[in-house]
This record gives sequence, C-alpha cells and structure tokens, in this order.
Amino acid sequence: MTVRRILVQPVVLAALGVVVIVLVLTAVDDFRSVQLTQMAYLGIAAGGLTVLTGLNGQISLGHGALMAVGAYTTALLLQDDEPMLPLLGVLVVATVVTLVVGAAIGVAAARLHGPYLAGATLALAVAVPGIALYFGDTLGGEQGLRVRVPDAPGWVLDAAYFVTGQDLTPSKYVAFLGWGTLVVAYLGLAHLSRGRVGRRWRAVRDDEVAAEVAGISLGRARVSAFVVSAAAAGAAGFVMALSVRLAAPSGYSLTLSLTLLTAVVLGGLGSLTGALLGAALLTFLPQVVTDAGVSAGLDDIRAAELAPLIYGLVLVAVILLAPAGLSAVSAPRGTGRAGPPRRENPHEHSAQAAAQEVGRHDRRPHLVGPGRRLRRRRPQ
Amino acid sequence: MSGARPGLAMQDITVTFGGLTALSGVSLEARPHEVLGVIGPNGAGKTTLFNVACGFVRPDSGSLSWRGQELPRLRPHDLAGLGISRTLQGLGLFDRMTVLDNVLVGADRDARSGFWSDLLSLPRATRDEARLRDRARAVLDELGVASYADRYPASLPYAVRKKVALARALVAEPELLLLDEPASGLSDAEMSDLGSLLRGLTDRMAVMLVEHHMDLVMSVCDDLVVLDFGRVIATGTPAEVRDDPAVQSAYLGEAVTDA
Repeated sequence: MTVRRILVQPVVLAALGVVVIVLVLTAVDDFRSVQLTQMAYLGIAAGGLTVLTGLNGQISLGHGALMAVGAYTTALLLQDDEPMLPLLGVLVVATVVTLVVGAAIGVAAARLHGPYLAGATLALAVAVPGIALYFGDTLGGEQGLRVRVPDAPGWVLDAAYFVTGQDLTPSKYVAFLGWGTLVVAYLGLAHLSRGRVGRRWRAVRDDEVAAEVAGISLGRARVSAFVVSAAAAGAAGFVMALSVRLAAPSGYSLTLSLTLLTAVVLGGLGSLTGALLGAALLTFLPQVVTDAGVSAGLDDIRAAELAPLIYGLVLVAVILLAPAGLSAVSAPRGTGRAGPPRRENPHEHSAQAAAQEVGRHDRRPHLVGPGRRLRRRRPQ
Repeated sequence: MSGARPGLAMQDITVTFGGLTALSGVSLEARPHEVLGVIGPNGAGKTTLFNVACGFVRPDSGSLSWRGQELPRLRPHDLAGLGISRTLQGLGLFDRMTVLDNVLVGADRDARSGFWSDLLSLPRATRDEARLRDRARAVLDELGVASYADRYPASLPYAVRKKVALARALVAEPELLLLDEPASGLSDAEMSDLGSLLRGLTDRMAVMLVEHHMDLVMSVCDDLVVLDFGRVIATGTPAEVRDDPAVQSAYLGEAVTDA
C-alpha cells in the first residue's frame, strides 16, 4: 500500500482526527467548545443523512425529528441526579430507540420515491414536536425536559488533566463526548459506504431494475440505509440534549431538518467530509458574519440580520460554482459521490451516444443473411 | 434431452395484459451447454417471455421450472441466488459507480461478509472484498475491458459499456445466462466477437438470448424458438427453422432486397 492509501484508511483518519480534536478542544475557551459541540451534533446527523440521500438516493425532511427521539430518550434517562445508566449506556439506548423508530419509518419510506418520500418525512418532522406536546405530563410539553448532565467521572478528569494539562470544564466534557461520538459514527459510516453494504445502496440508487436482477432486495437495501441513518440521528440527538441541557419541541422543529439537508447539500451529497464541512459552515458562518458586520460599523441587530443573507448567498454560490458540493472542490474524484461523474469530453460523448442511437435503429429490421431485409406480413 | 440436469423449462405459459394476449401457451427449455435463441418479429412477445423467465412478469397460467424444481413465486432478486444472470436491454449500468464497482454488484450474491463485519471493517470483510475484486477484474480482463476498471460508464463507448454489463452478469458465475438483445448497437466485427464469446460460454452455462440479428442467431444458437403474436410457431435447429414454412410465411412474407 502506498502512503496515500494508508492515509485515507478510515481508521487512520479517525486516529488523526482524535489528535486534532484533543489539540483544538484544549486550545479553545468554553464558549468555542460549546460551538464545537454544536458542530459535532450537526455533523453526526448530517453524516447519517448524507449516507441516506447521497448513497441511497432517499430524501428525508424528518431527520430533525429523529434527533428529537434521541434527545428525548436521553432526557428521560437523565432526569435524576443519580442516573440509572452511565452516559455510554444512555448513548446506546438513545441510538437504539431512534434506530427502531427509523426502521418503522424506513419500511414505509422504502415504498415511496422522490416528492412522496419528502412529503412523508416532512409529516414526521411536523408530527414529532406535536407528540411532545400531547404527552405533556411525561415529555414536559412546551417547556420540554431538563437534562441533568452527570459530572465527569474521576478517572476522566484525571486523564483529561494528564493529556491536556488543564481542568476539564463541564462544557468541554460534553464537547469531548460529542466529538468522540462523531469519530465513532463516522468510522462506522465510512466503513459501510466503502464496503459491500454501501455498494448495494449505491446500486439501488442508480438503477433499481439492474440492482434487483443482481440479487439485491430493494426493500432491504432501502430500509437498512434508513436505519443506519436514523441511528446516526439518534446519536446526534444524544449529543444535542447534553449540550443544550434541554429537550424541548422548539429545538427540533422543521428548521432543524432543513438545516441538516442544507449542510449535506453544501458539503456534497454522499461525502462524510462534506457533511462535516457543511456542519462547520452552519455553526460558524453566522458568528463570523455577525462579527464582521459589527466591526464594519453596523449595530448589533443589523449585523445579526446579515447572517441569513450571507448564508443564502453562500448556498446559491455553492450550487452554481460547485454543484457536487464543497468536498468535491478539493477531491473531485471521490468514489460513491452523488455528483455526476466527470466525463472526459461531454460533447464528444453525447455525439457518440447519438450516433449509436441512430445506428441501433438502423439495425432494427430483421436481417436474414446479408443483403436481405425481411418484413413481417401483417394480417389484415 | 441431452443434459442430465434440466435447465430452465417453461410449460404452457400464458400472459395477458388487459385484453391483450402477449403470450399464449408457450413452452420451451434452455438446456445446459446450449444456446437457445428466441426470435420473432417486433411485438411477438419476446421481451414478455424474458420478463417471465426472470420474475418481472407473473404468468396467468403455466409453470416455470429450474433444474427440475418449480418456481411458483419467482421474484427478480431471487434470480441471482438461483444461478441465473441476465443482461438488460437498456444496459442498466450504475452511472455513478466505477466499472469495477458495477461488476462487483454482480458478484454480490457471493459476498460472505455481512453488515457487522462491514461496519467494523473486520479482516474477514476486507479479505472477502479482495477476493471479489480479483474475480471482477478477471472477468473484465476476459472480456478485454480491464483497462476501464476505474472509469465511470457514462464516459465509455457503447460497445465497452455492453461488455461491462455482460461482465456484471458473468461475474456471478451463473448456470444460465439470459441475454436481452446482446448484439444491438454493435458493429459487424464486434458482433462476430460476441458470437465466439457466447459459444465459449457454453462449457460453463446455458445461454438463452432474444435477438434481432439473424446472422448472430443462426451462427450461435443450438436451438431456436420462433414466436409470432405470442405463440410458438416453430422450434428446432437454425437450419430447420429457416426452412419451416410457418416461419417463412410469418417472416418472409414480403422479402425486400436491399438496394
């Protein structure tokens, strides 16, 4: 294996990622680490969504709702000062519960295509906050549920002090948890997309009939993609619940689902790097723009109003200039990307295809032996 | 009649779409080590017959059996597991996947690694993947298109894409290969290549093809079934079929000499 190929192995990338995460989280203050946690949970959910949409061709407007499932599960398990499960256990339960919900939706979604699927998942995004209101006694209604984040265990504090040379604040603890979850989730997603499972997903996305003929069950491929994607959303909901210390309907509105979809499109469908880039952009762009506005002499309110404008412009620019997403700008030949493959020469190709098309019809009549063209006699 | 092991047999297959009878009482058998050709004018029911053979169309009556076993509820994705591969008329290549990945999809049924070993990228999954990759490359090599392994199908000439589609069907090492118009869009030279390739396949599998090109059909097939208006009007060797009066009247009614 060449050095380059070793470097792009997911495990190696994950190890490098861990080093970078530790360095960055050590260097930043508490405020930035809260922002970085936000980037982590958006990134985890966007990673799951990019696999679903980019590799399997299913759209979901309901991933925010799936995050809510993970977040509420987390909140319900972290109501008491003495939680019944360690945090890792809470993460597993939140992921599994969301996975089960995702499986139920995935079974229904597997029968739907395009706009119908968008409509069905949109219904999910609208309905789930309503469930929190309806079962207000258990789920806290409009106010939501408080999340009591347990203190970091002693050995974690010791280890953190040993590695970073500073005390671990609660928000940094959550940031480490969030990014740790992201690394594990991305590692799994990367392995799946590179392997046989991902190949099945992509085959179903590109041509259903051909995939079926090759022995792939369309339903199973679609449901498995949805389940994997939902599991990632559940893990993201866990991180978000820890970070905002609250699970309330307003946090998981349709806006969140659309935000995730935007992150995925900005970054490049099917690319995990792209999902992370998109999450970074969504997290930091408003802040950067507002700061720039203030330093340019705008008052606070006007500066804050600038962010959605710039955000919209960035989205339009990306769609115009890099339709395959930001990640495709740096790595144009990524495999399994949903963007169109580059053609050596598109004009030559289409001319060629046209010529073949003509040639094919030329040969349609039934030839028996050279030189004889035979036609069927149609009974009157 | 020759094979100890029966191949694909259709018995009295009838298919109607609404009021239209697409196939009526069709029987045929694709035997091991033989090439069976299905011919007939446009609209004779060839494609419907093909779709019955691979589960896309369920017949109204009649039965389908494979290696002597009935297949009452054949579904398309069961086909590969039974050892039957088919190519599609529109090729159906996966445009956003490399040629190698396209072929690997064809080998999917032989993959031994499952979801969890994939998720964790266990050595088992990696080894399995390497084994299938080698096999896919070998098939591409056999068809002379190995140099395109890392390209995307959309950028390739039509004849190459056809070979990729064929490689995807062959990599599964089927016992029966169903070919839907394998010669369409090929030049004469490419067609004669295809002919010898198909003859070479018969030591490994049975081949059943639907085709318009009489040259190819006559030179390659051991047996022919001629369809017209959903009925079998003749069966036999190419020579027998050519001389059959029913075929002559259906087909050769108005022979036009090319200018």
